[in-house]
Amino acid sequence: MENMNISKDKFRFADPTRRTGDKKFDTKQMSYAKDVFVRFCKNKSSVVAAIIICLLVLFAIFVPIFCNTTYSESLTDTYYLKYSYLLPKAEIFVGTGFWDGTSEKTVNVNRFNMLNALEAETGYPAITQIVKDKYVDGNVEYYDVRIDSYISNGMDFIDLTEEQFKELQAWQNETGVQVIYPAVNVKAKDPKTGKELIAKTHQTDPNVWYATDSKGNPKMSNGEYISCYATEDNSRFQSLAYLDYYEYDSLRVDGDPAKDNPNADNGYIYALVSATRVGEKITCSYRVRVLLNNYFQYRYGHEASFLFGTNQKGQDILTRLAAGAQFSLILAICISAVNLFIGAIYGAIEGFYGGTIDLVMERISDVLGGMPSMVVMTLFQLHLASKVGPVWSMVFAFVLTGWLGMAARTRMQFYRFKRQEYVLSARTLGASDSRLMFKHIFPNAMGTLITGSVLMIPGVIFSESSLTYLGIVNLESSTMTSVGTLLSKGNGMLSTYPHIIFWPAIFISLLEISFNLFGNGLRDAFNPSLKGIED
Amino acid sequence: MFKYVLKRLLLMFCVFMIIITMCFFLVKLLPNEPPAAQPGSDSYNIIMMKREAMGYNKPLPEQYVIFLTKTLFGGDWGLSEKMYPSRSVWEVFTSKLPATMIVNVYTMILSVPIGLMLGIYAALKKNKWQDHLISTGVMVFISVPGYVYCFLIQYLLCHKMIEWTGGEFGFPLQMLPGNDYFSWEMFISLVPAILSLGLGTIAGLARYTRAELCEVLTQEYMLLARTKGLTRGQATVRHALRNSMVPIFPMILGEFIGIIGGSLIVEQIFGIPGVGPLYLDSVNVRDYNFYLLLNTFYTLIGLVSGIVVDLSYGFVDPRIRMGER
Repeated sequence: MENMNISKDKFRFADPTRRTGDKKFDTKQMSYAKDVFVRFCKNKSSVVAAIIICLLVLFAIFVPIFCNTTYSESLTDTYYLKYSYLLPKAEIFVGTGFWDGTSEKTVNVNRFNMLNALEAETGYPAITQIVKDKYVDGNVEYYDVRIDSYISNGMDFIDLTEEQFKELQAWQNETGVQVIYPAVNVKAKDPKTGKELIAKTHQTDPNVWYATDSKGNPKMSNGEYISCYATEDNSRFQSLAYLDYYEYDSLRVDGDPAKDNPNADNGYIYALVSATRVGEKITCSYRVRVLLNNYFQYRYGHEASFLFGTNQKGQDILTRLAAGAQFSLILAICISAVNLFIGAIYGAIEGFYGGTIDLVMERISDVLGGMPSMVVMTLFQLHLASKVGPVWSMVFAFVLTGWLGMAARTRMQFYRFKRQEYVLSARTLGASDSRLMFKHIFPNAMGTLITGSVLMIPGVIFSESSLTYLGIVNLESSTMTSVGTLLSKGNGMLSTYPHIIFWPAIFISLLEISFNLFGNGLRDAFNPSLKGIED
Repeated sequence: MFKYVLKRLLLMFCVFMIIITMCFFLVKLLPNEPPAAQPGSDSYNIIMMKREAMGYNKPLPEQYVIFLTKTLFGGDWGLSEKMYPSRSVWEVFTSKLPATMIVNVYTMILSVPIGLMLGIYAALKKNKWQDHLISTGVMVFISVPGYVYCFLIQYLLCHKMIEWTGGEFGFPLQMLPGNDYFSWEMFISLVPAILSLGLGTIAGLARYTRAELCEVLTQEYMLLARTKGLTRGQATVRHALRNSMVPIFPMILGEFIGIIGGSLIVEQIFGIPGVGPLYLDSVNVRDYNFYLLLNTFYTLIGLVSGIVVDLSYGFVDPRIRMGER
């Protein structure tokens, strides 16, 4: 009984003017949406997932806008094929051997020599590193080397008109980038023996500019290549090439006698001219030898350097992936929205009216639900693809069975809430059926429906990519692609060029993981019964 | 109980018939494809005679009656017209079934115990690092589409393995030909496919088991079991595990039926001569007899596995009364 001895001064009179009950709240009232948001933010992994989704969506929206989308051009411009299978290259990693457009390869001695000669001619290192020096396997000599896929593309012959030839020269003068390399006198003969310097089998190879032995390996003199460039004083070339129409006033390679002395009469020839006469008019065609990597810069206006590499058609995988991602995301979001709409209305009617209506409508969804999605998809493709196109028939097929889940969720929620007192009171006040359904009951089902439609997006993307991967739906066309198409195109190159399949696979994995995490977080946040459990 | 089962079976049959009828008419509305064989050749004539017997030139309702009596309940699915000229569709189909099933049986045998064990372990170590590790792995493997780890497995086990072992060993890219399904070499050639199929199953099962077991472990009868004097292990195995199996067992059962259907993508990637590639080819080449048979097959599997899962709840858990309102 120690409490009996509390001293008197600890007591004071109650203030009769002060109201103790019904105190007004100082804190703000929290709405449901805000509560959901706060609880969602507590789930760290979901927030990270939401951020990743945002980044991926931004990637899909902005990359096709800002980057030159090459995939529609590449159908008409077959020159892209020359730039196929280029490896991913990020400028900041250049020289590190990682993500710099190089790869380790085993090459035979011919290829090794050719790449070395390419470096000797152009100054660009095609072989960045020799991993394992010459070794013999069987009868053939091999090297393990790290090759720059951009440079090792090498040289190519292209035919230009007079204007194009002049334009290219002007561009060379402006930028200082050497695109045109001297023409080769393939029939050049050794002055002593009178034999041809270049072996017959290599005379059509644009990369060969040096004297070779019969196997195509370079002959050296004092450690230098013996060049076989065509020169202006070369009599044989004068008769073949229409030098009257030849005019070259641009960059010249090192070692060209005309480089320092423009009037030298033994300067190198940079184009082989062939002329055709129609009536009075003579049209000339200029065959030039170009370095493909530099020619790309001239032709397409930017340096050949692809962050994600190029695919087998020479299309930039970065922009192609972004376009595919855009298509997949738009498709998934639209389908999910349509399914939400149909499912909500269907489920609401089922759940609200119950009884016979419910029974009949449930049987309809039973039948639809019993059809395997693959069967629905293939039937739609067979029937509609030729009429409305593969995309629309795919959308119809997705919608036909996709809303069933939504309808089931809505129906469940309606059964839960339709007998509540507030619905009864609204009805006694004279609210119509549709008002009861969508104003009073439906908001209760909102949480699960939103979660359901978010979780449907990765499902649709997954099905779409598997369908296009399997070839049931063919989306490949000039203006369109999807992630699944990219995967299926890259599958054959898995062992040789894994980068073609790598980026789409990474993208879709990241997308699926983050959508699932995001959806799970959303589901927990929308579930009021979990409130306060994790704190 | 019996009445309920009968009712469900009847309902399933109705749904099945409606779907098959729809499929039949939708396929028959497509223009007939000319057979791959040369007109005038033997196989062409056989196919044409078979078509005549199946009522191709008669009105659709009549064809439907023929389809019901002869095909659906008579088992005569016609002849292949393009992929395997003038061979019986049913015969080809049954010859493809073992390859699909063997892969999936191996997968189930290996992945069900692993999945269960991972799930149990994670539940027992709830909120410790082991649980987080397993849960993260499960999350990744459930989300990442199956074909992505098909590529990964193919790249690592088939292409890179040879490099790493200096050309001595690597898993083959495709399943070995032949019918020797139980030999060691065949198993080795199936390893990449089994892994690709199994990872998803393991992850799904582990997640489900963990969730169920976690819930059961917090039940009050678990506390009672401990106060009775049972050790933690005894209580877990005898009380918790059994009860958590109630929803898990039907799931495993459903997957076991689903294995007959196989996986289209895995069979495509690893070259397994099973039902999946047959279906894809029948769509691409438009061999409609195959297409109809396989549609029926997939529909039936889906419906049967659904009904078996539903009914098995009642058998596993005596508290659930079937068909109760």
